[in-house]
Parts: sequence; C-alpha cells; structure tokens
Amino acid sequence: MSHHVRVNPITCEAHGICAELLPERITLDEWGYPIVDEATLHGEELDHARRAARACPTLALLLQRERSKSRV
Amino acid sequence: MVVVNAVEAEPPSTKDRTLLQLAPHLVLDGAILAAEALRADEVVVATGEHAGGSSAAAYAAIEERAAVGGHGRVALTLAAVKGGYVAGQESALISGLEGREALPTFTPPLPFERGLHRRPTLVNNAETLAHLALIARHGARWFRTLGTEAHPGSALVTLSGPVVYPGVYEIEAGSSLSSLIDAAGGTTRGVRGALTGGYAGSWVPASAITELVLSRDGLPAAGGSFGAGIVLLLSDDACPVAETVRLSRWLAGQSARQCGPCVHGLPAIADALAALASGEHRDGSERRLRTLFGLASGRGACAHPDGAVRVIASALRAFTEDFEDHRLNGPCERCSRAGELPLPPRPEPSREARGARRAGP
Repeated sequence: MSHHVRVNPITCEAHGICAELLPERITLDEWGYPIVDEATLHGEELDHARRAARACPTLALLLQRERSKSRV
Repeated sequence: MVVVNAVEAEPPSTKDRTLLQLAPHLVLDGAILAAEALRADEVVVATGEHAGGSSAAAYAAIEERAAVGGHGRVALTLAAVKGGYVAGQESALISGLEGREALPTFTPPLPFERGLHRRPTLVNNAETLAHLALIARHGARWFRTLGTEAHPGSALVTLSGPVVYPGVYEIEAGSSLSSLIDAAGGTTRGVRGALTGGYAGSWVPASAITELVLSRDGLPAAGGSFGAGIVLLLSDDACPVAETVRLSRWLAGQSARQCGPCVHGLPAIADALAALASGEHRDGSERRLRTLFGLASGRGACAHPDGAVRVIASALRAFTEDFEDHRLNGPCERCSRAGELPLPPRPEPSREARGARRAGP
C-alpha cells in the first residue's frame, strides 16, 4: 500500500521538527511552515515519515494512504 | 442533509439573495428534489450577513409550505450564518450552521462524506438548486435550448460598475459581455478593465472586454473566470494598481487566520504590492511577489489564499503597464481617489454564530 505525507495547515504551528526528520520530503518556508512534497513515499522514507508524524507536537503531520487529494 | 448556500459572502455578488428573495419557492423546489433524490430528511436554507429581504422571503415561503402540509419527511429550516468572506466556503458554512465560528475546516472529510451534524451533506448554491427545479419541471432538452455545449442553460450575473442599470441579470450562457452591458443601458464612463468571477477571479483588460463570452468555458479561454457570475467594471477614473493594493490588503484581512501560509503570506503579498505601487523597491519587488504567490498558494485548508493569488496575479497581467509605471514613478494622480471595489469591513466574529428559525413539518 502506498503512502504520502500531508500537513494539516490549521493545526500546524511551525515547530519545524518534521523538516529535520523528513528532509527528503519537507522543507520550511520563510515563516517556518512546512512545504510538503506529497509524492508517494518509498522504503526508508516511510519510516522517516512515521517518525516525523509521531514527533509533531500538534500532530499536524499526517501519513495518508493514497486517495484523491480533494480540496475545496 | 441538503444545505442551500445563499450566504453569498462575495461583496460584488447579489445574485443568490436576489433569486431567493424573488423566487424562493423555485429554490425550495430544487432543494426538496435534491433531498428526495438523496433520501435526505432536512433542508437548511443558509443566508449570510447581508441577506436583506431574502431571509424574510425564504421564511415566508417555508411557512406557506408548512401551511399546506409540508413535504412529507423533508423538514425545511432557515438559518443565518455570520462571518466574513470565507463564511460562504462550504466547510465554513457547515461550521457556522453547527453554531461554531464559520471558518473552513481541514478536508477530507468533505461535506458529502461527513457534513452538517456529521451527516453526509449536499451543499449547493441557491442558483444551482433553482436550475435543478427548472430541469425537473421542463426537462434537460428544454434546459439545453439555451447556452453552449459546455455550459448549457442560463446564468445569473451580478453586473456592477459604471453602467446605467447595475444589478443582477439572467443571461444565456455563452452570450457576450457587450450584450449584457447593452442590456444594462450601456456604460456611463470609460472602462479600464473587468473583474470577472469575483474576488477569487480574474481581471481582464479593457482591450479584451468587447470580445468576452460569458460562460464557464468562454471566460477562462480569454483569461477571465466565471466563478460566482460576477462582472465588475472598473471605470477609467480608478487606478487599477491602487485598487489591487487595497483588494490585496482586504483579502489578507479576510483570512480565517487558521493556516500559517495564509496568515503570513497574504499580508506579505499586500506589503510587496504596496511597495511596488509606491515606487519603493524598484528592483526585486515583482520577483518577491512571484515567490510569495508560490508560498501562499495551495497550502491552506481552504482555497482562499489560492483565490487571492489568482486575482492579484491576474491584475499584474491585465494592467502590466500601470504596474510598471508605478514601480518606476510611484503613485499616479488617480491613486488617492476613493476606491471603486466594494470592500466592506469584516463583521465581528461571534461565538453565538447562529440565529436559526425553524419551520415546516
């Protein structure tokens, strides 16, 4: 099953821990909020993503199974 | 659940409240048809801050139906939602209807998955439901006798700016903006450009206005947007640069203030635009804007920052020479004039965000 990371921008408070634990997919913008590459995670990246999601103080980083990325 | 979205938080739009006021039963017919098709047992008609007579008209129509026995198991409710520009966004509308502040939520789940009171919810605007009622009454073939293949039927357009009779017009989809302006008695002054679609839409320069075709495919093909059926003409007394600076500041102020990229990005865009318009940062301010557009767009829980970036970027395209002139020479003589875009102050947020009245069976 393929996974990707996504951030809940409402709960995110720009702690920035995700960018340290998952630099493969996350960089920070000039205000400290994550810029997330939502492409499918492979191999080791998935472990890093799990660790980053667990480490987020506001639980704003989500590991999601592939589904339509719908936004309104 | 079926929610009739007549909140219409776009300042230059009045078509949904006008329709609800003048033909409330048509809107209710559509909502009830939708409810029956979905086996929903409740229809909520949601109006907004500037409901005017639409709220009373909807209430009277609901009472009239109750007096003749209602609609079986479908209950009709009227609710007023308080909030600013983002209150009409469907997840925000649902939050408002549940008695919280009308602010967007993180999706998924989308309302059709889990909406009002956690039940699957269809949210449509009043005009869409009125079309549904007419199609059910007269058939799809009848509906298609007007409009184009990609945008059949008619559409409501709110026309404002320097025309003799501004207001809401029902047009045939695919008809020209010129014919709409003629129907509105023509222009009273020269026109600098047209804002199409609304405050999340796109500016079209004056040179392209006569060719504009009003439909969901025709407007985008010419760099415009259909959006909520808004056409706002900017007169040539106005400075498009100053209008864009004011609009960007207003859009920043309308943020729900929930998502970092919107909270920080939109004011930064407004600052960069103001600097550009005043002739301060001669170099780099446009590049700075492009960077900020990328940082703000696509990163909020709702599409407000995306819409703000779209409309501001379209102004830079439509009024390139004006922006260049301001960048090099600073403010023009029109900059200090009163703005033409309606930018109402944001209503005070209230915890008691609902005033609902119940009627029906």
